[in-house]
Amino acid sequence: MKTGIAIIGGGPAGLAAAVAAREAGVEDILIIERDNELGGILNQCIHNGFGLHTFKEELTGPEYAERYIEKAEELRIPYMLHTIVVDIGEDKVITVMNKERGMFRIEAKAVILAMGCRERSRGALNIPGYRPAGIYSAGTAQRYVNMEGRMPGKKVVILGSGDIGLIMARRMTLEGAQVQVVAELMPYSGGLKRNIVQCLDDYDIPLKLSHTVIDIKGKKRVEGVTLARVDENRRPIPGTEEYYECDTLLLSCGLIPENELSSQMGVELNPVTSGPVVNESLETNVEGVFACGNVLHVHDLVDYVSGEAKLAGENAAAYVKGALPKAGKGIPLKGENGVRYTVPCTVDTERMAQKQIVRFRVGDVYRDSCLCVYYNDKCVSRVKKKVMAPGEMEQITLLKSKLQEAGDLESITIRIEQE
Amino acid sequence: MKMKTKELVCIGCPLGCNLKVEVSEDGAMEVTGNTCPRGADYARKELTDPRRIVTSSVKVQGGHLPCVSVKTETDIPKDKIFDCVRALKDVVLTAPVEIGMVVAEDVAGTGVRVIATKKIDKA
Amino acid sequence: MYDIVIIGAGVTGCAIARELSRYQYDTVVLDKNSDVCEGTSKANSGIVHAGFDNEPGSMMAKMNVRGNAMMEGLSKELDFPFKRNGSLVLCFDEKDMGKLEHLLEKGRKNGVPGIRILSKEEVKELEPNVTDDMVAALYAPTGGIVCPFGLTIAMAENACENGVKFELDTEVMNIIPKEGGYILETSKGEIESRLVINAAGVYADKFHNMVSDEKIQIIPRKGEYCLMDKKVGGYVTRTIFQLPTIYGKGVLITPTVHGNLLTGPTAVDIEDKENTQTTQEGLEDLLKRVAVSVPEVPTRQIITSFTGLRAHWTEHEFIIKEVEGAPGFIDVAGIESPGLSSSPAIGEYVAQLVQGICPMEKKADFVATRKGIPNVAEASFEERQELIKKNPAYANVVCRCEVVTEGEIMDAIHRPLGATTVDGIKRRTRAGMGRCQSGFCAPKTVEILARELGRDISEITKSGEGSNYLTGYNKEDI
Repeated sequence: MKTGIAIIGGGPAGLAAAVAAREAGVEDILIIERDNELGGILNQCIHNGFGLHTFKEELTGPEYAERYIEKAEELRIPYMLHTIVVDIGEDKVITVMNKERGMFRIEAKAVILAMGCRERSRGALNIPGYRPAGIYSAGTAQRYVNMEGRMPGKKVVILGSGDIGLIMARRMTLEGAQVQVVAELMPYSGGLKRNIVQCLDDYDIPLKLSHTVIDIKGKKRVEGVTLARVDENRRPIPGTEEYYECDTLLLSCGLIPENELSSQMGVELNPVTSGPVVNESLETNVEGVFACGNVLHVHDLVDYVSGEAKLAGENAAAYVKGALPKAGKGIPLKGENGVRYTVPCTVDTERMAQKQIVRFRVGDVYRDSCLCVYYNDKCVSRVKKKVMAPGEMEQITLLKSKLQEAGDLESITIRIEQE
Repeated sequence: MKMKTKELVCIGCPLGCNLKVEVSEDGAMEVTGNTCPRGADYARKELTDPRRIVTSSVKVQGGHLPCVSVKTETDIPKDKIFDCVRALKDVVLTAPVEIGMVVAEDVAGTGVRVIATKKIDKA
Repeated sequence: MYDIVIIGAGVTGCAIARELSRYQYDTVVLDKNSDVCEGTSKANSGIVHAGFDNEPGSMMAKMNVRGNAMMEGLSKELDFPFKRNGSLVLCFDEKDMGKLEHLLEKGRKNGVPGIRILSKEEVKELEPNVTDDMVAALYAPTGGIVCPFGLTIAMAENACENGVKFELDTEVMNIIPKEGGYILETSKGEIESRLVINAAGVYADKFHNMVSDEKIQIIPRKGEYCLMDKKVGGYVTRTIFQLPTIYGKGVLITPTVHGNLLTGPTAVDIEDKENTQTTQEGLEDLLKRVAVSVPEVPTRQIITSFTGLRAHWTEHEFIIKEVEGAPGFIDVAGIESPGLSSSPAIGEYVAQLVQGICPMEKKADFVATRKGIPNVAEASFEERQELIKKNPAYANVVCRCEVVTEGEIMDAIHRPLGATTVDGIKRRTRAGMGRCQSGFCAPKTVEILARELGRDISEITKSGEGSNYLTGYNKEDI
C-alpha cells in the first residue's frame, strides 16, 4: 500500500503531527501504532498537570490524549493499531506486521518518526547485587497500578527522582504501599519541582540527593537494598551505607529515545540526546523523514511535545506537497557552557518560520545566571534566569527577521553565563 | 508588626515558582516570587486550606482494561486524600465508561465528585 | 523404582539424560529449581573451547576436544545456535612467548585442529580493535560460541520427548544406599533408583559425600560478566582470551552467538553456593582487566551484568566415574570450564559408563532430532508471512528489543518441558534479553503465561516459588 505521510507511533507526538499535517491539507496520512490503543504513554499517566499550555486547563494524561484522539477521528485520519514496524528503508518503504494482515509493506512519501522513548534499565545502570523479582522501571509499575489495578509491591524504594519516579511514589502510597525513600544519584532532582512538593513532601517521603543503590538483597524477590551517599565523582562513600528493607525497587533513572528504526534507515543521531540530528523543519539527514516528541529528545512537558509535533506535521505536509524548499546547509546551532544540546541543530533562514523555538537542556543547576545567544561571536540576547535545572527543558526563540538582518552567519551559540 | 516568612514551591503548573509568603500577625499575606496570579492564590490557599486534586483508579467490569483512571473534579482538602481513595476502594463500574462519567458524588464528604478520565470500551 | 536418577538439570545432567534416552532405561532428572538450566549452565561465557588449555591426557582435555567436535552436528540435530568463530589467546609480552608456545604444544597434544601462532600484524588484521600492546596470539579456528540455554534446553527437550521424566522444584535432601540401588529423600517424597548420577554442579560434593567416605569439596568460583548491546556485537568477531599476566588470570571478550558482546568472568572463590550477586568491585575489576585486550571496551553499551558460579574441584579436573564403595552411584563432578564445551562428550561417556554397569537395549523409536521454536526475528519476509498464516500471534511483537512474538512465547509454554516462568520464557525465546531488559515486555509475558497456563497473573513468577511479580491489588492495604 501507499501513503503520503506515514507516522510511526500514535502517542502524543504522532497524534499532534497527524492532526497538523491533515490541517495543512494532506489527505493520505497513516498512523502506525504498536499498542492496542492510541495515546501512547499518556494512557498510563493518570495524574493531572497536562495541557496547561495547549488547552489552558489542567488535564490528566488520558484526557489529554483523548483530546487529540477525538480530533484525529474527527479529521478521519486513518490509523493501524497492534501493528509493529519491522523496518524502514531509506526509500521510505516501511515493513510492518500485524495479526490481521501478516507482513506487508507501506510506501510513504514522507515519514514522521514519533516512537517515543524507553526507560533506562537496571542493567544499563549496572547496579550490583542479586537479580530477583521486584525490580521494576517506574513506568512498568505505573502500567500495573494505573492500567491493571495491580500492585507490584508493598514496601518500596525508588532510585532516581525523574518525574515518573516521583509520580509513582505518590501513586503507590495512595494505593496502599509504603514508599520509604527516593534516592537520587545527582545532587539535584531530575524531576519537576512541583512533583517533589506534591508527590514526596505531601506524603513525608524523604528524597536523598547524592545517594545511590549499591546492593540489592534477595534471591527470589527483593528483600532489601543498601543505599550509600556518593561523592562529587558519584562514587559511593564507604561508611555511609544504609539498609532499607523492601520488596520492590523502582528505577526512574532517565529515558532514552528509541531510535533503533531510525538508525537502521540511516538517520544520523546526536550522541547527547540519542535522538536524530534535525534541522529547523525537524527533518533528519534523510530527506522527507521528520522526527518529533521523545524520540527526538526527552521532553519534560507533553505540551511542548504537541507543539513540536505540530511543526513536524506541518513541514512533512509541505514536503509532500512540494512546498518545502530544498534544505540548504543551514546555520549550525551550538550549545556551550552548560547548554548540553539544541533541537534543532541547524537553522535555514529560507525554510524557517517567522519564529523558531530552540529547545535544550542544561547540564547542572544554575542560579541567577544569564542565557545568552551569540550570532558568531556577537552576543545578541542576554536573558536573566533565576534558576535552570537539568530536569526542566529550556527554550529560546530565534526570529527570522533578525537572522536575515544578520546576514551569513557561521554559527549561533547558546551559552550560560554569570550575571 | 511581627511577620512570619514561609517558602513554598508553587504546584499550580510545571514551572514550579519559588514563592515567598510573608504572613503578618493579622493573617495578611504577601506573596512574592510568583510569575502569575495563580501563584499568589496557591500560596494563600496552601497556608490556610491546602487542597489537592486526587487521581486514582477504580475497577471496571467487562471493559478492555480491568480498571479506569479517575480524578476529583476539583481539589479537595489535603487531609481528605486518603479518605477519598478509601471511598473508591469498593467502587466497581461496568463498561463502557466515558470520560467525565461520575464515579462518586460528594467523595469523603468533601462535596466534590470523582469522575472518570479515560474511555473504557466494552471488551 | 527408576533405573536412573540424574540429580541436576544443568547442561551436564541434560546431556546425560539425552544420551541415556537412546536406551530403554526408566530415567528421571531431578532439580531443585523450577526450570532446567537454572544454575551454572545459565550464567557462563557460552564458549565452546577448542581444547588447548587442558593438561594433555586429562579428562578435561579428552572431553573438551570431543565435545567441541560433536557440537556442530548436535546443533543441527537439535536446532540450537552455535557458531565456530575461532579464538585468540593474546600474548602481551615477548617474554611470555614461551607460554604461548607451550599452549600451542598442549593444543597439538590434545589433538586440537588447526591451531597456530599469529604475528601481531596478522592479529590486528583479524581483530582491529584489540590492543597494540600485544606481540602475538595463539589462534584456534575450532573455537566456537553457543547459546548455553539453547544447548541445555534442546538436550532436555529431546530427552523429554524420548521418555525421560523431569521432576523440577524437587530438592534432594538425602541419599540412602539400599540393596541394588538408592533411596533419595526429596522435598517431594522418596524416589528409588538403581543408579544415581550426580550432576549437581556446585552441590555435587554434597551428594557425593552422602555416599562416600572419600570426601570431596566443590568450591563455587564466582565469575562476574557484563553483556553489551548488539550495536557493538561486532566489536570483536573471535573470542579473545588473554595469557595470564602479572595482573593475574585473564578475562575474555567475545561476541555471543546472538550477536551481543560479552566480557568476563572474574574469578573469586566463595563459600555460599547461591551467591550470584554482582559487586561493584567485581564489575570494575572486570572492566579493568578486559581493557588489557581491548582498550576501548564500549562500556556505555552494557545492558546487563550477571554472576555465574563455576563448580571448581580443588584438583581442577572432571570427576566422571562410579564412586568407589558406592556401586551404581556415578559422580559427574567438578564440571567447570570447559564443562559446557564438553557436555555432549560427557553425556556420551556417562552413557557408556552406565552401559557397563547396567546394560540395556536401545530404543527402536528414539528420535534424534528436535526442532526449536521458530525465530521470527531472523525469519525472512516470506517466512514470517508463512508463520503468521499458521498462527497470527507470530505477528504480535511482545519483546521489542529482540523482536520476540506472542506466538514464540506461546510455543515456549506449550513445548515439552515448557516454560512456566518469565525467566523460562526469556531463556527459550530471548524475550527480555535485549537492551531494555524486559522493562516493556515483562508485564506482557506475565499476561501470556497466565492466560496460557490458566492462572491469575499474581501467580506468575520470575523464577519459581517466591519470585512473584505482583503482590496484590490496588487499595488492598488502605
